[in-house]
Amino acid sequence: MEDIGIVGVGQSNFSRRCSISIKELAFEAFKEAMDGLEIANKDIGASIICSSLYDKQRSAENPIAEYLGLNPRPTFLIENACAASSTGLRVAWSLIKSGLHKIVAVVGIEKMSGQTSREAAEMMGRAYDITWESSFGLTMPAGYAMHARAHMAKYATTEEQLAKVRVKNSYYSVKNPKAAYQKALSLEEILDSMPVSLPLKMLDCCANADGASCIILAEGDIAKEITRIPIWISGLGAASNTGVARRESFTSLVCAKEAANQAYSMAGVDPRDIDVAEVHDCFTIAEIMAYEDLGFAKQGEGPRLIEERETYLEGKIPVNVDGGLLCKGHPIGATGGSQIRTIVMQLRGEAGEVQVKDAEIGLVHNIGGIGHYANVTILRR
Amino acid sequence: MGFEKFGVVSHMKESKAEDFVTYLEQGKIMATKCKSCSHIYFPPQIDCPSCLTADVEWIEVEGNGELMTYSTVNYGPQGFEDKAPYTIALAKFPKGINVFAALSRDIKESDIKVGMTVRVVPVKLPQGKISFEFQAP
Repeated sequence: MEDIGIVGVGQSNFSRRCSISIKELAFEAFKEAMDGLEIANKDIGASIICSSLYDKQRSAENPIAEYLGLNPRPTFLIENACAASSTGLRVAWSLIKSGLHKIVAVVGIEKMSGQTSREAAEMMGRAYDITWESSFGLTMPAGYAMHARAHMAKYATTEEQLAKVRVKNSYYSVKNPKAAYQKALSLEEILDSMPVSLPLKMLDCCANADGASCIILAEGDIAKEITRIPIWISGLGAASNTGVARRESFTSLVCAKEAANQAYSMAGVDPRDIDVAEVHDCFTIAEIMAYEDLGFAKQGEGPRLIEERETYLEGKIPVNVDGGLLCKGHPIGATGGSQIRTIVMQLRGEAGEVQVKDAEIGLVHNIGGIGHYANVTILRR
Repeated sequence: MGFEKFGVVSHMKESKAEDFVTYLEQGKIMATKCKSCSHIYFPPQIDCPSCLTADVEWIEVEGNGELMTYSTVNYGPQGFEDKAPYTIALAKFPKGINVFAALSRDIKESDIKVGMTVRVVPVKLPQGKISFEFQAP
C-alpha cells in the first residue's frame, strides 16, 4: 500500500554554464516544485541537499536551506556520487515513514562549470579507490568503456548499436526546453565524434553540467490535500557493488539488478508493467545495460531493443524520452531528481509532446559511479 | 610511508599495507591472504572484514592472467594529460586474483583483445616512482 506521495517536482535549466550561484540554482528548482502546492516553506519538516560539491562551497546544506527559507528545520547533505538525489528520495521516504517528518524536500545541486574538463575528470576519478584505481588514470568514461568492451566481446554488440541510443535520446532532446543540448544527431555524427575512451566517443558520453532539481514528498493524507495529483512511491530498491579492480562481471551492473529486484518486489510489479522509464544513460552503453539489468530485455539482448526502436515513444517501453543524461547534461547531484521529475510529469499526464499515453506506472534507474551505487524507484499514479 | 612512491598520481601515502611497495621494488606483485579464513585479497589489505583480524601473510601473484576487459583512454584527467592514449585493463590470475592495471605500451593497440594472455610486472616510472603493468607473456 503506497502511503507516501511526491507532491512537487522542479528543476532548473541544465546548462554547461549557468552564470548564477548554487543557491540561486537551487531556488529555480525549489520554486517550480512548490508551484501550486498549498503549503508554505515552514510546513517543510526537513530538507536533504544532494551533491558531490564540485563548487567551492563545502557543507552546502545550510547556505541552500537558508536561501530557500527552510531554517530552522533540520537540513543535511547526501553525497552518493551520481545517485545522490535518488538516495535523497529514499531517505526522505524513510523520514516520513518513521513519522519523524510529514513533508520533506530533496534538493539536488551541482555546479561543475567552475572547473575545466580535465579538473572535473580528475575529481570524478577520485570517486574510485585513490590508491588502486585512480592512480592508474581510471576515469568515468574509461570505467564504462570497459563495460562496453566486455559487452561487445560477449554479445557482439556494435559501436553503431551504442550510437543508436544517442540518436534516440537526441531526437527527444529537442522537445525538452531544459536540456543542455537540444539537437537531433545523426548516427554518422556520433560514430565520427572524437574518441574519449574507446570504444566510447564524445557523443557516447554525457556532458558535465550546472543544474538543480527538487522533489517534495509528503505523508499520504497530506499529499492528497495539498496537491491535485499525488504520485505514489510504490517500490524502492538500492544496492552497491565493489570497485572496478575487484569486479567479476563487466557485462551488467550487478547493483542495478539487485536494486531492480527489490523495487519490483516491493511494488508487486514486473518489468512488463512499466509504462515509461528513466534510466541512467551517462554513456550509451549504460542505457543498453539498463535495459537488461531492469529486465526490459534478456541479458545480451539490450542492443536489439534499440535496434527495433522498442524504447521510442511508440515502442513497448519508452526510455529517456526527455533526452536522458546524454542530452540534458549531467549535474551530478541533481540528476536523479531530474529523472524523478520526468516520470512524475509523465504519470500526471503533463509530459506534453513526449507524453506516454495512459502512463500509470513509471520507473527511475539512477546509478552512482561506475555501477558502485544503484537506486531503482517505481512510481504509480 | 611507501605509497607516496606508488602510481602515476599518489593521493594515498600512508597505509598498513606499505610492504606491498617494498615487495614491488624487489620485483614482486603481492596479495595478502588471511591466516584465519584463507581469503585472498588483491588489492592487498591487512584487515580481514570477515574475521575482524589483521593477521595476513603476503603471497605472490603468479602465472599468466586472462584479460577480462580494457579501454584505451584518449582523454586523460589532470595528472595524465601527457600519458594519453593509455590502455587500462582488468585481468584474472590464478587463485581467483583480479588485477587492475595499465597495459604496457609495447603491446600494439591492434593486438589487444579480451581473453588475451598477460603477465603482471613491476614498472619504474619517472621521478623515482613505481607501479605495475600488464605485459605480453
